[in-house]
Amino acid sequence: MDMTGAEALLESLKKEGVDIIFGYPGGVVLPLYDVLYKEKGIKHILVRHEQGAAHAADGYARATGKVGVCLATSGPGATNLITGIATAYMDSIPMVAITGQVGTSLLGRDSFQEADVTGITIPITKHNYLVKSAKDLPRIIKEAFYIARSGRPGPVVVDIPKDVFTGKLKYSYPDKIVIPSYKPNLNGHPKQISLAAKAIAAAKKPVMYVGGGAITSSAAVEVKQLAEKINCPVTTTMMGLGAFPGTHELSLGMLGMHGTAYANYAVTDCDLLIAIGARFDDRVTGHIEKFAPKANIIHIDVDPAEIGKNVRVDIPIVGDIKNVLKALIDKVSKKEKHAGWIGQIDEWKNKYPLSYKQQDGIKPQYVIEEVYKLTLGKNVVVATDVGQHQMWTAQYFKFDKPRNWISSGGLGTMGFGLPAANGAQFGRPDATVICFAGDGSIQMNIQELTTAVNNHLPIKIFVLDNCFLGMVRQWQELIYNKHYSHTNLCNNPDLVKIAEAYGAASRRVEKTEDVREALEWSLTIKDRPVFIDFVVCKEENVFPFVPPGQAINEMLID
Amino acid sequence: MKHTISVIVENKPGVLSRVAGLFARRGFNIESLAVGTTEDPTVSRMTIVAEGDERDLEQITKQLYKLIDTLKVFDLPQSQAIERELALIKVSANEKNRSEISQIVKIFRAKVIDVAEDSMTIEISGEEGKVDSLLKMVKRFGVKEMVRGGKIAVQRGGA
Repeated sequence: MDMTGAEALLESLKKEGVDIIFGYPGGVVLPLYDVLYKEKGIKHILVRHEQGAAHAADGYARATGKVGVCLATSGPGATNLITGIATAYMDSIPMVAITGQVGTSLLGRDSFQEADVTGITIPITKHNYLVKSAKDLPRIIKEAFYIARSGRPGPVVVDIPKDVFTGKLKYSYPDKIVIPSYKPNLNGHPKQISLAAKAIAAAKKPVMYVGGGAITSSAAVEVKQLAEKINCPVTTTMMGLGAFPGTHELSLGMLGMHGTAYANYAVTDCDLLIAIGARFDDRVTGHIEKFAPKANIIHIDVDPAEIGKNVRVDIPIVGDIKNVLKALIDKVSKKEKHAGWIGQIDEWKNKYPLSYKQQDGIKPQYVIEEVYKLTLGKNVVVATDVGQHQMWTAQYFKFDKPRNWISSGGLGTMGFGLPAANGAQFGRPDATVICFAGDGSIQMNIQELTTAVNNHLPIKIFVLDNCFLGMVRQWQELIYNKHYSHTNLCNNPDLVKIAEAYGAASRRVEKTEDVREALEWSLTIKDRPVFIDFVVCKEENVFPFVPPGQAINEMLID
Repeated sequence: MKHTISVIVENKPGVLSRVAGLFARRGFNIESLAVGTTEDPTVSRMTIVAEGDERDLEQITKQLYKLIDTLKVFDLPQSQAIERELALIKVSANEKNRSEISQIVKIFRAKVIDVAEDSMTIEISGEEGKVDSLLKMVKRFGVKEMVRGGKIAVQRGGA
């Protein structure tokens, strides 16, 4: 069939199962938007800043497991996607970002709105393409989606010059992928799996350390089966929250810089660390030489480059987490609870629980706990921005299922939460989608309230407003002699009025006793976003806190 | 330690910048680089000399493999590699020392490829050490210009 490049692009997206894209029009993508005008099979969501499109596609991908798609014009449109692409890259999120480019005859001439997008995005994409001819589009789209979602997922950029959108081709969509240089290894080596089973049998103090890879691989069921079969305590990274039930008796919660004391003590003391889809990030390990110093380490990951990158590993297993765990569960024999080890952990749990002091003013942790209690057992997705509120949510909201926690881990992108919540709500229309934000980060993409209002998204935005860039202030308090250099946001605008102007249902809550009622009210609103500004204690700190460069068992507990 | 790394890649635009960028991002300095097509015109071979310990090398190898266009990466240990470098050296010369220079060139089994009134240009190929030695010998005549190509290497034997 004869088609234009723009038509072929949309047709190919539909072949890949895409029914929604987040985008913003501009000069060189006009031919594509002209085809979108008539398009019925793909919903285009108009954002208010391209960064919002990238984060929405990312949030959609995290909440559903499908590939998120965003679209922007050339030059500034494309560069506005960059933060969103880098965010997805750091957290291995499957995304295809389509950018317009100046016509092929204008390439390399500093033309109007030209930017070298493939050059700029090399370090923050899994792969990228500059499409030189319309006839290449079907193959490239097929490859882009395959690369984005297979192996260790990640964002792929497809940069399309204007004349490629208008160019003609005989359309057919390839059935097969031929990329000789890209063959992810999905099955763990049986010998390595046997070695791991032996190490597990011999261990007296094992800990499972589970990261986002377990969620990517849809392996939550297997993680639980393994933990229960060998009676092994489980700690998760921030990215791994939900990969193992937070309320399970074997759960240690999160580890690392703001992890629970008992998770950090358990990892420091364990004799076997089973790392599953985790990458020994510096926020997890603290002082790397002092991380799990007594442990043999099993490291299961689909990306061979992760093995040995940050720590020495005794038993590496390269493969898809789900496949490897299935094989490993068959190989290990059932282990009874190791009374001494579990007893020790219970003692730590009792001695050093997560805690905060109730005092005058609203405690941010209290708001999170109330939201948790109020939504317990419901279909809830929680997105966050980055900072103190993010860490408190990671600590106090117990996620029992995967894909309900959406937060920028690797890149730590402020402004991620609201657009990601929008994307998640599009992907999961039946879920209650909550966005916790800070008064700093909410202002970084607040324009996306329009996207939520226009699409009647009933997302709940709960701002924990302490008039500070709280996390930075905490570091200034604890490490920089209370020099609150440029972290005081007391001259914020009236956020409630702003939200109201955008068309959200909006209020401010200033007393602890009003928190519950306001939250209940928020859940009754179904046709537009809710925005609640919780005025919380200004100088509350996130504890535990492992100061940078310290070992994770050397934490400040309160 | 110096490593000679061979990277076999798809012969596509932009691949060199992906590979070079990877070295830069991970903090490796490329000392020498040679790129050319192989017996298969759709495939290129890059020979890269870089400094690093075993762990660095392992990490860079794995990162190179992560590039979608990379087909194969291997480190060639000195003992198993046949390595060659090409250099063109232009030295000052006059009628008095021309024959002396020619003699040195002969001993090194190099070639004089251009002679002018006040200069001679020497072509030499060989291992890095041989090129260095020749350079040392002709330095006193005055090196006006020199260009060294990137090192290329293959494994000894049938592998």
